[in-house]
Amino acid sequence: MENKIRVSNLNFFYGKAQALYDISLEVPEREVIAFIGPSGCGKSTFLRTLNRMNDTIPIARVAGDVIIDGENIYAPGTDVVALRRKVGMVFQKSNPFPKSIFENVAYGIRINGIHTSKTDLNERVEKALHDAALWNEVKDRLNTSAFGLSGGQQQRLCIARALAVQPEVILMDEPASALDPIATQKIEELVVELKRDYTIVIVTHNMHQASRVSDRTAFFMLGKLIEYNKTEKMFQNPDDRMTEDYITGRFG
Amino acid sequence: MTSLTAICAAFVTGLLLLIIGYIAIRGFSSINFQFLTDTPKPVGEGGGIGNSILGSAMMTLLAAVIGLPVGIAAGVYLAEYGRNWYGNTIRFVADTLIGIPSIIIGIFIYTLVVLPMGRQSGLAGGLALAVIMIPIVARTTEEMIKLVPSSMREGALALGAPQWRVSWNIVLPAAASGIATGAMLAIARVTGETAPLLFTALNSRFYNYYLDQPMSSLTVQIFNYATGPFEVEHAMAWAATLILVGTILIINVLVRTVTKRRY
Repeated sequence: MENKIRVSNLNFFYGKAQALYDISLEVPEREVIAFIGPSGCGKSTFLRTLNRMNDTIPIARVAGDVIIDGENIYAPGTDVVALRRKVGMVFQKSNPFPKSIFENVAYGIRINGIHTSKTDLNERVEKALHDAALWNEVKDRLNTSAFGLSGGQQQRLCIARALAVQPEVILMDEPASALDPIATQKIEELVVELKRDYTIVIVTHNMHQASRVSDRTAFFMLGKLIEYNKTEKMFQNPDDRMTEDYITGRFG
Repeated sequence: MTSLTAICAAFVTGLLLLIIGYIAIRGFSSINFQFLTDTPKPVGEGGGIGNSILGSAMMTLLAAVIGLPVGIAAGVYLAEYGRNWYGNTIRFVADTLIGIPSIIIGIFIYTLVVLPMGRQSGLAGGLALAVIMIPIVARTTEEMIKLVPSSMREGALALGAPQWRVSWNIVLPAAASGIATGAMLAIARVTGETAPLLFTALNSRFYNYYLDQPMSSLTVQIFNYATGPFEVEHAMAWAATLILVGTILIINVLVRTVTKRRY
């Protein structure tokens, strides 16, 4: 089967500074891929090349191919709006809109004109909140401000918001790094649950998190992809010495 | 050091209270229903500032109707797309415009509107006030929009929202209370302007509902009463001043209450 995402020889520059060097990897459909590596190694930058979020940085430049479902997303004439609808994203810091809980989830549905009627919109919002395991906690206060939710709930709201536009791939940039262990556990359970329907790429600083949730792991170092393997193999018997050093904590 | 700054702070507050208090004492006794509704009369026959209140309200409203949309839109542009030479130029021009004495804006509108029309008018007055408002509103809007965290923008972009929709229905609402503050303060500022109205709206002794006619305003009427030779006129100037200061004070208090209710 054709892999969902194929990246070949990707180089990325901030102005003259090169941030990514010749990255090539493939992501199979409906798997969870974890990106690990020290701060500043380029894993977040790489994640953001997958939905062209780096387009918002004027000095950013990309060379190489990112092919999702057989289409090069950096080809001229690519519809970035459609791409981002297909490749959703959850950020490190939860970023709900200054709107009600309902409107936060409804926003993406509305702007993309996905719903057919008011009832359909309500159903889609409810389903997204269910899928993000948040429905039971918010069903009685859908019209209150999203800022009234706890940090963990806000992050799940952002996941619900991303799910509501029916993406195929979900990018998560350290989604649990600002959360306590219990909220983190909920997010992790959710990731495993979502794997049934979505392809997920998750950046994490937490080695245990990577080993718990992912099928494959990619280890980045100084802008280079050092090793990409099945998570089990990666954590038990990595091919590369640097990977082993990092995973066992021999780097600072 | 702390006590010195505290004294200075008290001095500032004291100065404000002194001004308001003095105006209240001098003006309060002349305020009654007739004063608030009547038009100016020859000295000794009473008269009031009803037409001036209406004129000020109409011209301020006109200025707001023109100045707020243009100013806010310009501010959105500066904040969201203005990181280039064009934006920098506009920013510099706006800052210069804010610093220009308002009487010069009055002369500018006089040349541009009053001369071709052949007479002073409420329209010209409102336009002059709008010109004063636009750069103020644009710059405060820009500052307020820049305070909206970029993570919120990214969140919307990541859902597949085009840039203009992100600006329109995420960033603007998030900055709304700050923008409202800027707008109200700009309105308060132009409500107190006299110089730009002298050439443009002139004054009128009558209730005037038409924008193409000379129009009275509180500030110009205060100027006329205050420079008149008679004591009754001075008393009316104080009373009108109290109304004006009261209005501006109310606008400022409103600003406070609006900004408190953040989402």
